[in-house]
Amino acid sequence: MGKIVAVTGNEAVAESLRQVNPDVCAAYPITPATDLMQRFSSFISDGKVDTEMVLVESEHSAMSACIGAAAAGGRVATATSSQGLALMWEMLFIAAGDRLPIVMPVVNRALSAPLNIHGDHSDTMGARDSGWIQLYSETAQEAYDNAIQAFRIGEHPDIRLPVMVCMDGFIVSHSIERVEYLEDAEVRNFVGEYMPVNPLLDIDNPKSYGPLILTDLYHEYKRAQHEVMTRVKNVVLEVAADFEKLSGRKYGLFETYRLDDAEIAIVILNSAAGTTKDVVDSYRSKGIKAGLLKPRMFRPFPYEEVAAALSHLKAIAVLDRADSFGGYGPLFSEICGAVMSMDGKPPMINRIYGLGGRDYMPNQAEKVLDELVGIAETGKVHTLKDYIGLRE
Amino acid sequence: MEKTIEIRWHGRGGQGTVTAAKVLADACLSGGRHVQAFPEYGPERAGAPLRAYNRISDHIIRMYCPVLHPNVICIADATLIDGINVTEGARDNSIFVVNTSKDPGEIRKKLDAKPEQKVFTVDATKIALECIGRALPNASMLGAVSRATGIVSMEVLLENVEKSFGKKFSRKIIDGNLDATKRGYEEVREG
Repeated sequence: MGKIVAVTGNEAVAESLRQVNPDVCAAYPITPATDLMQRFSSFISDGKVDTEMVLVESEHSAMSACIGAAAAGGRVATATSSQGLALMWEMLFIAAGDRLPIVMPVVNRALSAPLNIHGDHSDTMGARDSGWIQLYSETAQEAYDNAIQAFRIGEHPDIRLPVMVCMDGFIVSHSIERVEYLEDAEVRNFVGEYMPVNPLLDIDNPKSYGPLILTDLYHEYKRAQHEVMTRVKNVVLEVAADFEKLSGRKYGLFETYRLDDAEIAIVILNSAAGTTKDVVDSYRSKGIKAGLLKPRMFRPFPYEEVAAALSHLKAIAVLDRADSFGGYGPLFSEICGAVMSMDGKPPMINRIYGLGGRDYMPNQAEKVLDELVGIAETGKVHTLKDYIGLRE
Repeated sequence: MEKTIEIRWHGRGGQGTVTAAKVLADACLSGGRHVQAFPEYGPERAGAPLRAYNRISDHIIRMYCPVLHPNVICIADATLIDGINVTEGARDNSIFVVNTSKDPGEIRKKLDAKPEQKVFTVDATKIALECIGRALPNASMLGAVSRATGIVSMEVLLENVEKSFGKKFSRKIIDGNLDATKRGYEEVREG
């Protein structure tokens, strides 16, 4: 077993990248992901990895360089956040469309305007439809574990897709907590030797990436991309099973907490799930059957499995740390999609919390659970979408 | 001891308060414990009041929000007592550790401490000036916190002060901080 350390989320993920030792990394700094890449670039400067670092003038260029390096046949990683991810947007679709297994930790942060550096999920939710796999992490440990698994997942020959590993800005990226590291050799063996597929540098077999496809085949190409996404679930579970053998830590498509016999539940992503679990415990000790579901894999979204896990509930609250102005929160929309084919759907509410790093406090979870108790009794929902934790 | 010990630090930007919380987390990792250390991030600037937090537990820590009801309140700069409500959310048995040259009885009165609450004082700035030549009270505050709370032994704390300061500073500064930590432990007074 490796070391037990007290580190920040950024430090833990930088360590995972050191252990994986990718061939190329192109990055541009942005708070709160800056510290992650700064640490990783120190590993490069200190000769602890032999990654080639490409310093670029923007995130758009960072992703472009990653795409070039991945197409050339390298194992590639980068990291970003917020506006940085937004600036990459155009290139994200190209990475996924070209089926390049780039791994990118994203330190979740709000989007401007107004300018805000703190954590919410607006950035990665905006990249939801780019064709990347998205894994979300509650803790620094999960971010570290997900980052290592991301290489195996993305590079799996059945899929070959880029992967985002999301963790909450500041709340996890800059907080120190206990993390168990794996040994370097364990990580190296786990991710294995990189197997390039159709590398541009194989000049004896010339090929081209991203050619023009018009009305003749574009439609089929996109259908094929969706088809590939349907295979991701099995790969994620297979990699998680191997990872559990190595680390003893169990991962799935989502995590359930005291959900099996629950009557009411909160569905929530990332660090706020931790706080919610403590509140669930306190409600359980009061005799209220509360539970929780925390998606890990948001893209592709495991609709059927989530629906089965939620089917017995009398009321559900989906809490979103991102908004769709004039629409429902993105997680709520997915949960609606999951339960829509169920008979006798449980009543659901959508609550927006924690935008721009507003603290998610236990009393917010308590208020939601109290409301769910009422909804479970009456079956009546007063306000479908609302905001919690607002200043009164 | 409670299942989870929650600590709130009050300091001013540039005093090393955030570093103190980090060193404490590192030191408390011993014995298989779980730890958290995090500051409240704002527009950081020297002299501005700031808060930092620790959670230390035998069990996994899942709370990801500021500490509301601290077991221990560390005040790295006593002038903050006049400016902000440092007793906010305190428990009936909270422990206060205050950096001041004043008598612990006087501070107890000023904080209007409840009978079960404990008030400790240490002249951490004076110790720092004597040991490291700069008004950085964090190491002596850590020594005082170790004595006042018993959450970590001096031996383990000193190892972690050495490790943490060793990354950035010269031997002289490291030794100064080790001395300051020891003196904080020895000179803390209860009132």
